[in-house]
Amino acid sequence: MGQTLVEKILSAHAGRPLRAGDMAVCEVDVCLTQDGTGPLAVRQIEKLGIEKVKNPERTVLFLDHAAPSPRRELSNDHMLLRQFAARTGCRLSDVGDGVCHQVIMEKYLNPGELLIGADSHTCTGGAIGAFATGMGSTDVAVGIALGKTWLRVPETFKFVIEGELQPGVYSKDIILHIIGMIGADGATYKAMEFCGGTIEKMSVPERMVLANMAVEAGAKCGLIASDEQTRKFLAAAGRGDKYRPLAADADAVYERVYEIDAAAVTPTVSFPHTVDNTRSIEDADCRDVKIDQVFIGTCTNGRIEDLRIAAGILKGKKVHPGTRLLVTPASRQVYGQALAEGLLAIFNDAGAAINTPGCGACVGVHQGILGDGERCLATQNRNFQGRMGNVNGFIYLGSPATAAATALAGRLADPREYLG
Amino acid sequence: MLTGKAWLFGDDISTDHIAPGRLFHLRSNLPELAKHVLEDARPEFAGQMEKGDFVVGGRNFGLGSSREHAPTIIKLAGVSAVVAKSFARIFFRNAINVGLPAIICDTDRIKEGDRLEVDLEKGVLRNVTQGYEESFPPLPPVMTAILNEGGLVPYVQKHGDLAV
Ligand code: SF4
Repeated sequence: MGQTLVEKILSAHAGRPLRAGDMAVCEVDVCLTQDGTGPLAVRQIEKLGIEKVKNPERTVLFLDHAAPSPRRELSNDHMLLRQFAARTGCRLSDVGDGVCHQVIMEKYLNPGELLIGADSHTCTGGAIGAFATGMGSTDVAVGIALGKTWLRVPETFKFVIEGELQPGVYSKDIILHIIGMIGADGATYKAMEFCGGTIEKMSVPERMVLANMAVEAGAKCGLIASDEQTRKFLAAAGRGDKYRPLAADADAVYERVYEIDAAAVTPTVSFPHTVDNTRSIEDADCRDVKIDQVFIGTCTNGRIEDLRIAAGILKGKKVHPGTRLLVTPASRQVYGQALAEGLLAIFNDAGAAINTPGCGACVGVHQGILGDGERCLATQNRNFQGRMGNVNGFIYLGSPATAAATALAGRLADPREYLG
Repeated sequence: MLTGKAWLFGDDISTDHIAPGRLFHLRSNLPELAKHVLEDARPEFAGQMEKGDFVVGGRNFGLGSSREHAPTIIKLAGVSAVVAKSFARIFFRNAINVGLPAIICDTDRIKEGDRLEVDLEKGVLRNVTQGYEESFPPLPPVMTAILNEGGLVPYVQKHGDLAV
């Protein structure tokens, strides 16, 4: 009997064949923490009395959630993390370097590897055929200290996606559509494996959107086979030697199989306050929804491909006077590319505020907190009440194209009407 | 035996309800953060709950971020246990790691203020006010071992390693 992708990767890290439902202690290749979870992880490592961490070159401490720091307390947390990195040799990704999940893909993670991260969207790493999952500070502290973690091998839901996406429709719309269909707890404790003709043609950056949002359906991880697209991505990142093909066996056992017709997916928006509260942009509910703030960025959709799409729509135009537009490139590398390609000039001329690479407004610490009763359309992955710093704010989620069109219209807009 | 009264919270209580991002700067000051526990779901809870009380949720309790600060401040506030129909994965694992019992059972019949008793070893929740019992499934052995040691850090301190 064959194995699913997650069974294969976890078996290799446990040193014995595993099936869904098995419990195992697995070797960990890469660990990450960020500035909201790292200080607690560091304190737990100290409590364990560990001075030498297992694998410092592959342990990365990110300063991305509150970067640059908007408060003294957070500046002190940053200091704690810098000092820990200096003392142990762990890698530090400092203010301005970017969001953890973007940088970990640009520089660290390879197919077939196991990543645990003290951030729920660590699952982004599944886009290159790695097992990547979010855990709390203490689990990751133990992973950093001992180089291992315990796991229950999840059952897999397979999503077979076939067909050509319409112009103006992207992988963000597919994943919002899927979560709307199965619910915010529709894949709790499961692995979501995405495959089919649509996926085979998708670049790794587009695949990252699917893997990133697996946790929004409750999943432990989102996985995509490592293939030709993965090889191209790694070669461009200067890690071509790390490529290896990896796919599920043809006779692997899945708990459920869903089939999705990509051609039928329309631009999709999540309404407040849950990700599964989705509407097609064609729905009557989407008419006349005035938007105060549009936010393009995050580990979900702050990549160069996303900025190109948004800039294509905004070029030579002005953001609606009743709306403000925030643009936050996901990483320093993305920022540099956007600068070189002239995209930042397009955003600036359109009237956008451009922020430091990092999480930006996503987590409600700084750089775009909503006012009472304000509505925001964001390219991020979650829209929980209070998420953007104000329990009285309303967050809608959509693709970068939907965001750019909305910024021009001042209200929820169908990007297909704005394509050049 | 854990005893206390029930506070009802409903479905989809996220980590943003429990420990919101706007209080990010208090994460290295947990006693202070605990004064705001669950504030964005029920603002009166933190000030009025009594030691030993239960947080009672519906489906998918604790969805959202990996912030372990969420179960940590629920425990620090003095809550005996969180009882819910289902939990988001990361929250559930974090709760056990910080020594906060997370109990999966049907919560539909529990009413606000009901007096509850929980026997973790037997896997029984008793609604004293209404006079009925529900049983709940045991944790996997590795999680029982972690919870019995008071959390993952004391567990690793004692055993020096992980085992399943
Ligand atoms: S961009 Fe948002 S979702 Fe992504 S890691 Fe940062 S805070 Fe979390």
